[in-house]
Amino acid sequence: MENKNLLLSVKDLQVKYQSGGVLVHAVNGVSFDLEKGKTFGLVGETGAGKTSIARAILRILPDYATRVCSGETFFEGVDLMKLSATEMQKYRGGKISMIFQDPMTALNPVQTVVNQIAEGLKTHEKITKAEARLRAIEMLETVGIPADRADEYPHQFSGGMKQRVVIAIALACNPELLIADEQTTALDVTIQAQVMDLIKSLRAKRNTSMIMITHDLGVIADVCDYVAVVYAGQIVEYGTLEDIYDRTAHPYMKGLFAALPEMNLDSDRLKPIEGMPADPTNLPDGCKFAPRCPYATEECRKREIDLKEVSAGHFCRCIKTESGV
Amino acid sequence: MLRYVLKRLLMMIPILLAVAILIFTLMNFVPGDPARIALSQNAVITEADLAAKRAEFGLDQPFFTRLISFLEGAFFHLDFGVSYTYSTPVTSLLATRFPITLMLAFLCTLTMVVLGIPAGVSAAVHAGKAGDRISMFITLLFNSMPNFWLGLMLVLFFSLELKLLPSTGIGSPAHFVLPVICGSLSGVASIARQTRASMLEVIRSDFVTTARSKGISERKAIYGHALPNALIPVITVCGQQFGHMLGGISVIEMLFSIPGIGSFLITSINQRDYPSVQGCVIYIAVTFSLMMLITDLIYAFVDPRIKSNYFVQRKKKEKT
Repeated sequence: MENKNLLLSVKDLQVKYQSGGVLVHAVNGVSFDLEKGKTFGLVGETGAGKTSIARAILRILPDYATRVCSGETFFEGVDLMKLSATEMQKYRGGKISMIFQDPMTALNPVQTVVNQIAEGLKTHEKITKAEARLRAIEMLETVGIPADRADEYPHQFSGGMKQRVVIAIALACNPELLIADEQTTALDVTIQAQVMDLIKSLRAKRNTSMIMITHDLGVIADVCDYVAVVYAGQIVEYGTLEDIYDRTAHPYMKGLFAALPEMNLDSDRLKPIEGMPADPTNLPDGCKFAPRCPYATEECRKREIDLKEVSAGHFCRCIKTESGV
Repeated sequence: MLRYVLKRLLMMIPILLAVAILIFTLMNFVPGDPARIALSQNAVITEADLAAKRAEFGLDQPFFTRLISFLEGAFFHLDFGVSYTYSTPVTSLLATRFPITLMLAFLCTLTMVVLGIPAGVSAAVHAGKAGDRISMFITLLFNSMPNFWLGLMLVLFFSLELKLLPSTGIGSPAHFVLPVICGSLSGVASIARQTRASMLEVIRSDFVTTARSKGISERKAIYGHALPNALIPVITVCGQQFGHMLGGISVIEMLFSIPGIGSFLITSINQRDYPSVQGCVIYIAVTFSLMMLITDLIYAFVDPRIKSNYFVQRKKKEKT
């Protein structure tokens, strides 16, 4: 798959945390590729390991808990995992940046917003303080915050405004890759729509590649070119948006779609997937989804299932599709 | 903000009044006769001498008369009376001792801040590792060493054994070295522990991760983003330490023969020098409350959320 347009290539990413004496298997061998200008969606339940994947790419996993962070993450041909801490700092915020999940806690409460945006600019570009400030104010206006509020502190902003500031911080240095981690979960629906529109228009203007992490299937359908479905730290299905939505292969994804309420039908109850998400401290043998899968057989529980191509570029980790059925 | 300061200053008045009445009454009931102690150098003390001395000190007046005239002098004329021992006004005695205590307190607090905060930060950054364990053990050691014992050991080693530093007096900067070490070590330890504890909470906050994700150095993320958010409890400890020390570090001042407020208070108590004791105690109450007020103002300076609280309160009042 050598490809000039390849921006990011993640190979066999593993992340394990230590938490109160038990080992948490957060990410278990995730691999995917991202081409320039494309948007890649990572979808999955809470605790499936989506955020850990993003943080592992940027190498900002919490060191007090992280025991294992291995694999290869090639960004423009450079393996980020092998860079020294100072070399990595040049990528972080410069070429790759991240929008964080919770705008309420993602901003430093004792620094003015303009300084928080200007800090990244000063780190990555050779500009004076005054220039960085001007650029930061421009950035604020781009995300729809009037310049006269630049010297205010995060507590003076509403949740949606804070998320705009977080976006401004992430986009300040014109990154080539933007990782958006559930950037709309903490916001109410109208603000969600505004923030999504903002991200889409900024992406269109700058041709930024994106990794969009979410559990919102609507968001995925709205913006993504490729989708990977993550379950228990593994990719269980991977393909183009059409592959995933129209030619769903994995029982987990089928279950998720079945759980969506039909707007035109008068249904009283949702149809959830039975059971609980896999416990990352104690993963089942064989297929991780088998305990909840309506089609599971004895064989599913016995051996690891590989990700197999079901059609060109559409992969699925299921015993049913493995045999080519 | 000004309104807040004024309010706090006004609130100090009843506190000081209570302190003044309490110390005056206490001293009145403490056994020992100031007149007899003042005359103790005389070979023979006659009843007439004692009565004359008592009249000189004003002790022949009834308790309430003396209390009222003391309160009037202290609160309206800033006059605490004349020292029995030195026969000079207490105010001027305090004024000569204040700069020395201020100097000592300032140097001690500076040492605590300069050593304690970085030690606490580095312990928090390396939490759970050997460096953290060792530094926490050392701070526990410092915290649990009584300072009179530490002072004696320092004098024995540096002054008597090595003859490097003077042991008593305040003649030169070298004279301050041992008292400052002795007076600040336990404070260094408290501040290091407090810094470590509050840094541990802050260091895992999302905004520190955001800061790292901008590509700034780890040092900047810790000292530029985490530390300012961990400072409030540390400032409380520093303010308390400084406030206490402004009232004189009695043990250290006695040990190193430093003529500061602390040693003045101790000798005054021994001499039953009522005016001096009362003056010292009121001075200590004033400096401590002022220091607490300053600490609260520093909070507002460090954390804009606290500052906006002050302003919001003021705005509300203006509306009503």
